[in-house]
Amino acid sequence: MKIKRRDFLKGAAGCGVLAAVGQPTFAEAKKKERLPGALGFLYDSTLCIGCQACMVGCKKANDMPVESSDLLPIWENPRDLSAKTLNVIKKYENGTGEEKDHETDGFAYVKRQCMHCVDPGCVSACPVSAMRKNPDNGVVTYNKDACIGCRYCQVACPFNIPKFQWDSAFPEIVKCQLCSHLLPKGEIAACCSSCPTGASLFGPTNELMAEAKRRQQMEPGKYYNFPVSSIDSGKTFSQKASRYVPQIYGENEVGGTQVLLLSGVPFDKLGLPELREKSYASTAESIQHTLYKGMIAPIVVLAGLFYFVNRSQNDKD
Amino acid sequence: MNEAKPVGGKVFTGPFLFFLVVTLIGIYFLAKRFMFGIGAVTNMNDGFPWGIWITYDVVVGTAFACGGYSMALLVYAFNNGEYHPLVRPALLASMFGYTLAGVSVFIDIGRYWHIYNVFLPWFTNFNSILLEVALCIAAYIAVLWIEFSPTFLEAKAGTKSKVNKILIFFIALGILLPTMHQSSLGSLMILAGHKLSPLWWTPVLPLIFLISAITMGYTVVIFESTLSAVGFKRPLETDILAKLSLVIPILLVIFLIVRFADLLMRGQLGLAFSGDLQGNMFLLENILHIVPLVILASATNRKSAKMLFLAACCLMSGGLLFRFNTYLIGFNPGEGWHYFPAIGEQFITYTIISAEILLYMIFVKKLPVLPSHGQVKA
Repeated sequence: MKIKRRDFLKGAAGCGVLAAVGQPTFAEAKKKERLPGALGFLYDSTLCIGCQACMVGCKKANDMPVESSDLLPIWENPRDLSAKTLNVIKKYENGTGEEKDHETDGFAYVKRQCMHCVDPGCVSACPVSAMRKNPDNGVVTYNKDACIGCRYCQVACPFNIPKFQWDSAFPEIVKCQLCSHLLPKGEIAACCSSCPTGASLFGPTNELMAEAKRRQQMEPGKYYNFPVSSIDSGKTFSQKASRYVPQIYGENEVGGTQVLLLSGVPFDKLGLPELREKSYASTAESIQHTLYKGMIAPIVVLAGLFYFVNRSQNDKD
Repeated sequence: MNEAKPVGGKVFTGPFLFFLVVTLIGIYFLAKRFMFGIGAVTNMNDGFPWGIWITYDVVVGTAFACGGYSMALLVYAFNNGEYHPLVRPALLASMFGYTLAGVSVFIDIGRYWHIYNVFLPWFTNFNSILLEVALCIAAYIAVLWIEFSPTFLEAKAGTKSKVNKILIFFIALGILLPTMHQSSLGSLMILAGHKLSPLWWTPVLPLIFLISAITMGYTVVIFESTLSAVGFKRPLETDILAKLSLVIPILLVIFLIVRFADLLMRGQLGLAFSGDLQGNMFLLENILHIVPLVILASATNRKSAKMLFLAACCLMSGGLLFRFNTYLIGFNPGEGWHYFPAIGEQFITYTIISAEILLYMIFVKKLPVLPSHGQVKA
């Protein structure tokens, strides 16, 4: 029995090895870079006037039903994203709520929708490739013909973006797809084309990043030109620059996103989560790929097991 | 040699009828779910997209169904033939546990009519941990039915079938597959990222889940053997269980070392004492692992049927809580999201458990599963 006990210990440890071999390599996981053709938009909270034209534009462009979270026709209605609402403007308020873009005694707006991550958790999670990242423009799209409705994309999204039709017998996942159906027609995302102030500005992410950095260098109180609709529309309007918090949300969060945000109020106050720089998808995938690369480890283990099981049967005979 | 024989006796007993009634109530809620959608019977929501159907029926259910895996590991891979009488009942429980976990997945997924997409090469995503879990569990369900098939053949032909090379291959596969998917059930929650408390979010989740699953396997064998003995009025198998139960404290020590070393290295152990629900549940989870460790470390306790059963119940609660903590209690999608399972949702889970018990009762009475009376010798 003594020897067997030791054998068992060794064996138990051996099984652990299959799961443990991946550990030292986590740090070496290759970081996914932004695609050169990545499309997205820059949302500048300081330019947003809370008119919700983007929400109306989004509903129209995507054939989404009207929705109200409360019976009263208050401003903040619907309150949040849902299977009927792909895009929402929310409000931050503090104290007297008088000063725009002030953390104390102020208010600020924030727009929420899919961030179109550089390394999306939902795409990594989906067992049947229903969530895909377009290889050219990086837009994260959904294919209901592949989807099995497992909702792992919802678990995996750091921003809680994919929504599920809970009350349908034949449900789908619903999320912003950056108006992918309009892009081939040369149009831009409806939220950006319907935004009157340029708060939502469509364009290639690298150009938007440069624009965001330009705005952070602006002197608060001075007048500057801000592009409207899309970064190359040629339309601009002149506006006093606000004081920005020194962060471009989406530059580094979970490996970066194609939607970028600027704000005068810290982003956690606007309900955006504080996230690490490495995507969770890269951690999960590096474990998975270390263990199952070419199915070599499982095949070796299977061969070993076959040998031992065979031996144990021969002993018995 | 311990020949397995059918227990015999009436199928329609009091407990059988009780579980039958529970199953029928659950079928009503199942009909509702398929007619009006998942939201009609559950409290799952966009913040908590996975509820007890995944957490209990699949994650806990398959861990409790690891008896067949753990016993095969001990008997076949480590050549401890003396435990052979415990293999068949363990395999049977595993077969039902896994099969019903598969059924639960079918109930849980919203677009179940697309379930075959996981087998279509043009849809499969090999980066997806869930794909690995799905394919691996599907394959293991098939393997379990094949591993159990000699029992059907014996019942029909009345002769003992020979273990041939093909069956040996399936036994080996039956050890590999759970090693893969039980660890992956831990990896699944790595993608939950910042939404999962650092008390449970760790890159070593797969290792912790695997050790826990193997431990659960032996624990469940003790639990089921004791219940079968009492329920079917058979002699207790305490002698053989006493020897078997020694592996549990060894595994528990490994489990706790990995668990706490990881927490210390990540500097997150302090959260355990924050006094909030997650911290307290973490403490309870570990108490439920340490108490059975203390009980089973004593040779006297291991020889007592009562202490064995107590330790098994304690450890199964610990394994259950560890999985609930990782999938639900430690999961916080942000402000405003709450989840507690609805009555209909709970009943569908009770139905799955009842169906498993019903099938186990029928099978051991009609097929040669349990070792024949008085022949269990350690």
